[in-house]
Amino acid sequence: MHPLRRYRLTMVIFIVVMTSIAVGLMSFALRKNINLFYTPSSVVLGEAPINVNIRVGGMVVEGSLIRAEDSLLSIFKVTDGVSEVKVQHEGILPDMFAEGGGAVATGKLDENFIFIASTVLAKHDENYMPPEVTFAMDEARLHTKKLNSEAGSLNNN
Amino acid sequence: MWQWFHRLASPRWFYQASGKFLPWISMLGLFFISLGLVWGLGFAPQDAKQGNSFRIIYIHVPSSFLALVGYYIMAAAGAIAIIWKIKLADMVMKAAAPIGAAFTFVALLTGAIWGKPTWGTYWIWDARITSMLILFFLYLGVIILQSSYEHKGLSSKAAALLALVGTVNIPIIYKSVDWWYTLHQPATIRFTEAPSMHPDMFQPLLVMIVGFYFLYAIALVASIRVEILHRERRTKWVQDLVFTNKNNDP
Repeated sequence: MHPLRRYRLTMVIFIVVMTSIAVGLMSFALRKNINLFYTPSSVVLGEAPINVNIRVGGMVVEGSLIRAEDSLLSIFKVTDGVSEVKVQHEGILPDMFAEGGGAVATGKLDENFIFIASTVLAKHDENYMPPEVTFAMDEARLHTKKLNSEAGSLNNN
Repeated sequence: MWQWFHRLASPRWFYQASGKFLPWISMLGLFFISLGLVWGLGFAPQDAKQGNSFRIIYIHVPSSFLALVGYYIMAAAGAIAIIWKIKLADMVMKAAAPIGAAFTFVALLTGAIWGKPTWGTYWIWDARITSMLILFFLYLGVIILQSSYEHKGLSSKAAALLALVGTVNIPIIYKSVDWWYTLHQPATIRFTEAPSMHPDMFQPLLVMIVGFYFLYAIALVASIRVEILHRERRTKWVQDLVFTNKNNDP
């Protein structure tokens, strides 16, 4: 290879590697700011500030959603599988919002660690499935649950 | 081998060769995209949660793919232009920038349209969407730099450097949903595992991705040809082509 071309090739590689390192270090240092939301665990551990506008995200706990009958107020819990945080929201929830699905809420954490949300967004997962398949899977899950509980009651007897 | 490489890099040879295969890739692209659109929009089943609104995936995912792949193509062409001073590589870079910007714009736009009914918002500053917006600005920066200096060599060198520096953004976009908490869901199509999508929905998506690769190739080759004619307009072969052989297609 011609020395001039070799020199230019080295320079190109040098530029790409150096910017990668610089940007890599920068985004590693700023990783907490790049995260869109706090997880329920970090809220429980006290990492999330109180009375500051933040976001909290997680899965909506099954059976935790309570809607007021005379207003748009709703209360639900989000979890990351370890801890739970209670979220209170007054307003319209997105259509895709559902128990067992993901949600990201914007608002403030009050002194009692209840998250007062001003907006709630639904987080979609990466799974795509036709309705029949979902129906069949739910059926199968119910069936195994039933079998398990029968097996459990047999064991108890 | 080197002789072949240099012949490929000759604008005149490229113009003549691409004229022969452009109709074929155009037909293939038309075939795959129409098949994918009819299959995906008309025959693929609905999504259990999103209903019909998920179908925007058949445009969103292929254009996002090409936005990222196209950036690497542009940056690689820029590197070749800097190191080996090959004229054709510079033309490839120039042609790839607006095409990539268009694909990025389509990805951002379809994402916003899908985001409103699914998430409840058109836009959010999460890592995936913000890094994709940065990609769009990088493309715009490359386009602008190409015409920023009087001296043509200087402009394309500056544009190629920006393109090279920007490559760091591509793995960030790709991995953003795994590295940070984002509103955007993780990838459905992965290289290491089976897709988390029902085959009836995934097969048309695959057809659309192949179709979009062809679409990208068609757009790139066509605009390289225009660029060749423009830059070589003073050479004899272009003048012959334009003025005397008007009726003989290349």
